[in-house]
Amino acid sequence: MAGYLIRRIIQALMTLIGISLITFLILFMLPADPARQVAGRTASAEQVEQVRQQMGLDLPLWQQYGRYLGKLATGDLGRSYEQRTQVSELIAARLPATLWLMLAAIACELIIGLSVGAIAAFRRNTQADRLVMFGAFAFVSTPQFLLGYTLLYVFAFWLGWFPIGGYGSFSHVVLPALTLGLLGGGWYARMMRSSVIEVLRQDFVRTARAKGLSRARIIFVHIVPNAILPIIAMIGIDIGIFMSGIVVVESVFGWPGIGQLTWQAIQKVDFPIIMGVTLVSACAIVLGNLLADLAAPLIDPRIRLK
Amino acid sequence: MVLGAILKRKLALLGLIIIAVFATAAILAPWLAPYDPTVSPGDFAAPPSATFWLGTDLLGRDFLSRLIHGARATLIIGVVANGIAVAIGTFIGVTAGYLRGRVGSILMRFTDLMMAFPALLLAILLAALLKPSIWIVVMVIAMVSWVQLARVVYAETVSLAEREYVVAVRAIGASTPRILFRHILPHLIPTLIVWGTLGIATTSLFEATLSFLGIGVQPPTPSWGNMVNENQTYFESAPWLVFIPGAAIGLLALSFNLIGDALRDILDPTLRGRH
Repeated sequence: MAGYLIRRIIQALMTLIGISLITFLILFMLPADPARQVAGRTASAEQVEQVRQQMGLDLPLWQQYGRYLGKLATGDLGRSYEQRTQVSELIAARLPATLWLMLAAIACELIIGLSVGAIAAFRRNTQADRLVMFGAFAFVSTPQFLLGYTLLYVFAFWLGWFPIGGYGSFSHVVLPALTLGLLGGGWYARMMRSSVIEVLRQDFVRTARAKGLSRARIIFVHIVPNAILPIIAMIGIDIGIFMSGIVVVESVFGWPGIGQLTWQAIQKVDFPIIMGVTLVSACAIVLGNLLADLAAPLIDPRIRLK
Repeated sequence: MVLGAILKRKLALLGLIIIAVFATAAILAPWLAPYDPTVSPGDFAAPPSATFWLGTDLLGRDFLSRLIHGARATLIIGVVANGIAVAIGTFIGVTAGYLRGRVGSILMRFTDLMMAFPALLLAILLAALLKPSIWIVVMVIAMVSWVQLARVVYAETVSLAEREYVVAVRAIGASTPRILFRHILPHLIPTLIVWGTLGIATTSLFEATLSFLGIGVQPPTPSWGNMVNENQTYFESAPWLVFIPGAAIGLLALSFNLIGDALRDILDPTLRGRH
């Protein structure tokens, strides 16, 4: 177990270093000269040169990368071109809103996806199963902004059940969370369905039936927990897909989170912000995968043996 | 044989028909569209009428003409970006899977690294960096879309390379290109066809999302994604300007997903009976 832990943590660290390398290289492709950015438009050539030296931009590449890593390690993501503030502060200010939306959305997609997938599996090859699976496919194929605008139009604008965008009370989170939840739920439904079908074949299910256990007990004690196991690992991977969805959904619903920050940064070509958000979400994905991998052996002791 | 099997599945057939309609619209756009998609002959946001079947957009351009021309950008980007992504993914997967060793592990570590990047954000970064044109958008989408396929191809190549017949041809002294092209790649074709089809759904949605965010296809060239972007401010009074191009993208992605799913059933005998 300890070996597994250490191996996974080292792997995660290596991935983080790789990510920092790639973003560092992208920084070099930036059309803007960072020294010029800091010195300002009116600065003379010598002043720019001085800033370049101060910032260490004249050092060899590997030393610059070292400094870049050092900055990242202390949480320094650079300054926004447009807003003249630290990117890390901008992201930190927006983080709670995004986390709140993400949590609600993950809850939504798990509740929808797992239950629908399980029902389809228990009734497989019936009309209901085919309908549910087609629905799941349709949601997986729907552009996020289309579903977002549809829900917004029907439930907020037309029926008036929910506020038209914005942030605040619980009713504000329902539509954006549902948008992300339905789209991701389609994906989970398909996975859950095949997972339950896989478990249904196992000997222990037959034994449980032969013992004369009640149907509810077989389903909720023997089948569902085993079927959910392989899906837990997916939640970690899912964070990456979520980050994409969040940029779109937050811009549709005017949700003041990291996604909206990114969207605004795109409009103003504010690279440090886009870069910072990319780095932060890459870290979140690595962390999510690590947590999922660490949780897996706690839930399923068989994994410890590997 | 495969086509016959697809035609027997109602949903896949439906997908095929929808794609055929969209592709025809894209190819024949200049002849089918009633107006020039970039000029404004009407009022702005006029509702559908006899002169403008789908009404006009916020700049007074005929919406139907823009929709028909938009099929071009959306389909070209979806298909070409996916083609490039399949090529990259296959190349990396086969190379890493056949060579194994240090080269293989470096390639696969790189693939894992790419998996940790949120694809959309990386694409946003690259698109913002490279000043978007249609071909830049294609390259950006291709660069972030090859990753999963590379993993699948890698796993299959590893298991194929260990099969006895491959060991046997190698023992006879067959050259590496011959082994790869005659004995390994042909066995990967079913996987590539399935992933290639499903992939178009993903890359088309990607184009739509990038264009929706304003960093994909640049106006005045219409694409279904940027049509939503252009008209969203007015969506409460003219919702069709958002819903029609959005639905077109959804239908396109759904069609490719349905066909890909049917192909997986048809081409992969190991999955048969599992569903």
